[in-house]
Amino acid sequence: MGDLLAGLTEAFRMIVTLDAELIEITLRSLRVTLTALAISCLVGLPLGGWLAVRRFRLRRAVIATMNALIGLPPVVVGLVVYLFLSRSGPLGVLGLLFTPTAMIVAQIIIITPLVASIAYQAMRDLWSDYHDLLISMNATRGQRIVTLLIDARRALLTAALAGFGRAIGEVGAIMIVGGNIDGATRVLTTAIALETGRGDFALALGLGIILIALALIVSWGSHWAMRTERQGTW
Amino acid sequence: MVAALPLTLTGATLRRQGKTLIGPVDLTLGRIGVTVVIGPNGSGKTSLLRMMHGLQRTADGHVGWSVADAIARERQAYVFQRPIALRRSVLANLMFPLRLRGASRAQAEARARAIADRFDLTAMLAQPAPSLSGGEMQRLALARALITEPEILFADEPCAALDGRATRQIEALLAGTAAAGTRLVMATHDMGQARRLASDVIFLLHGRIHETGPAKTFFAAPATPEAEAFLNGDIVE
Amino acid sequence: MIRALLMSALFLSAGSASAETMKLAVTTSFENSGLADILLPQIAADTGIDIELIVVGTGQALRLGEAGDVDAVLVHSKAAEEAFVAAGNATHRREIMYNDFVIIGPGDDPAGIAQAGDATEALARIATAQAPFVSRGDDSGTHKAELALWNAAGIPTEGDWYRPVGAGMGAALNTAVGMGAYVLSDRASWLKFGNKDGMSILFEGDPAMFNQYAYLPVNPARYDHIKAGAAARLEDWLVSERAEVLINGYRVADEQLFTFNAER
Ligand SMILES: Nc1ncnc2c1ncn2[C@@H]1O[C@H](COP(=O)(O)OP(=O)(O)OP(=O)(O)O)[C@@H](O)[C@H]1O
Ligand SMILES: [Mg+2]
Repeated sequence: MGDLLAGLTEAFRMIVTLDAELIEITLRSLRVTLTALAISCLVGLPLGGWLAVRRFRLRRAVIATMNALIGLPPVVVGLVVYLFLSRSGPLGVLGLLFTPTAMIVAQIIIITPLVASIAYQAMRDLWSDYHDLLISMNATRGQRIVTLLIDARRALLTAALAGFGRAIGEVGAIMIVGGNIDGATRVLTTAIALETGRGDFALALGLGIILIALALIVSWGSHWAMRTERQGTW
Repeated sequence: MVAALPLTLTGATLRRQGKTLIGPVDLTLGRIGVTVVIGPNGSGKTSLLRMMHGLQRTADGHVGWSVADAIARERQAYVFQRPIALRRSVLANLMFPLRLRGASRAQAEARARAIADRFDLTAMLAQPAPSLSGGEMQRLALARALITEPEILFADEPCAALDGRATRQIEALLAGTAAAGTRLVMATHDMGQARRLASDVIFLLHGRIHETGPAKTFFAAPATPEAEAFLNGDIVE
Repeated sequence: MIRALLMSALFLSAGSASAETMKLAVTTSFENSGLADILLPQIAADTGIDIELIVVGTGQALRLGEAGDVDAVLVHSKAAEEAFVAAGNATHRREIMYNDFVIIGPGDDPAGIAQAGDATEALARIATAQAPFVSRGDDSGTHKAELALWNAAGIPTEGDWYRPVGAGMGAALNTAVGMGAYVLSDRASWLKFGNKDGMSILFEGDPAMFNQYAYLPVNPARYDHIKAGAAARLEDWLVSERAEVLINGYRVADEQLFTFNAER
């Protein structure tokens, strides 16, 4: 109980004093996660739409694989990305290890299956509604996917928010590929792991509270921007 | 512009899970007129319309247009028995088919507003389409189908579940459309409506054309006892 | 005006020249000690090198060095370090300083190790009492030192009472506190640790528990991108008098943590 109170106090203190380090790692967390999310959505949403409208032989296998990849342990992703980006690995020449870019790469791999899978489910249901109409109107495959992407946008927001939640709270992979370097790759979650390791629970908890607050603000903000739950169910 | 019609069905057959739903059907649809498809529930009216429109692939036989299939596709429109509303505003629903064909936003909007006026939809242009009433939804579906000025319109029970006033409104719009030169193929359960609109009749029974002919002769003197019974409102097995 | 421009140009170029960075893999225990927070700013001021610390276990630190992902490592596990040099991964090994390990346990000391004469006896008492003992179990320098102590005492590390957690020092301490178990920790980590909760140092001072830190610059012949120049300048600084004063002078809770012992 005392630790919880201390954590709240610490979070409050860091926020009101606009703690410079806190602002830095918070902004870095946001930058890394939002970049990864943007790329994941760019890939995952059309992929979900494509899987919804396209019937091909390996479709079920692809969907099953995608759903399995959601459960991929981040630490394993981190390790594999590390092995690729390590100086002695195949992509070592790029010199990306221990940079925010490496963290973005790991997060993209972690959240794209999740984003694509939720997007697929939403658009599959919409597709069963729209199927006859779009076929009748002779829409091309691209037009079908775009129509689903537009009209399922509320559900796709959920997909993006799920991806955001998973990425912003992820620590295992980015610890390995980012290295938690102070001033370069330290983000909220790795800082929390560090402070927990040091036994400074108040600071760790304070950072955790800020992380949760951030996730809430992003969720509220995007729902507000999309005006979900305001104009009926569609 | 070369006309897509006439449409010719030769031995066209539709099967599902080993069951023959339609056919074999031999039929020619000319360039003008209103063909009304009637028959008991489950006789295959919807299936026949969908097969003609190309939504269902034939298992046997052939559905042939006078132009290449790709061109024919562009000249048709379909109004479904259960209307499908895009989860957008009424205006966006109307603009949609034009936008698919590459019309600019401004062009599409101008034409959408014009057709909305004719179909009495102007007041609800900004409303989400899924929130329309049944009658309004049918008007929207019809307007959206006609905005591309198709050569032929398939309408599957466009007045089902509408009250008398709404039915009259839709009928007037359909009659106007046919008068303007659009070929109409329509399924209905409303014999009054069939009499008012039809130039030809197709009477379906068990997935086959049981009787067909000009509306006048069909309604005045049906050739088969089943058709006569159906017109009398008896149950036809 | 022109002079001002020249001055600012000079200043800018000086600024960018000093912004050289190098990556140094260090062990969790070193980072947790807080000494890095004292040394890094001074290193940046004196040498112009911005050190990016990668904080990992000794095993992973050496792997990073071997793969060329860091320019140097600062760890504390002599045998592994010597093997690392022998394999050609580092040019040499330079001893910098030491701290010591202590055995932490619950205040009532159920195994009575506070009265033990040396580390061997202390461990023997824990094993005899079957008192829970948390081990890092993560192949870190601390873990290796712990295993060496058990080995010297001739006690097999098995049984319900011996709990390897496979985690960093902080996590292992948190676990030990939670279970009321004994645990071997470096003094620095323990003094800095914020969640002591009735636990304290019960045994210390045996020279067998000294913990030597060494600096190993990664072999630049292995990889083109290794910043050998910066690594050499950092080494020079680490063995300088300036470093000696800072290291010996670093205090936590009024205790000296590290003893500088580099040979110049
Ligand atoms: N996909 C399908 N699989 C199996 N059977 C089908 C399928 N689609 C339609 N049928 C069957 O084909 C028959 C004809 O259906 P259809 O919808 O064409 O009838 P309808 O004349 O339009 O009936 P209604 O007047 O009730 O609209 C029905 O028995 C129906 O159950
Ligand atoms: Mg029907």
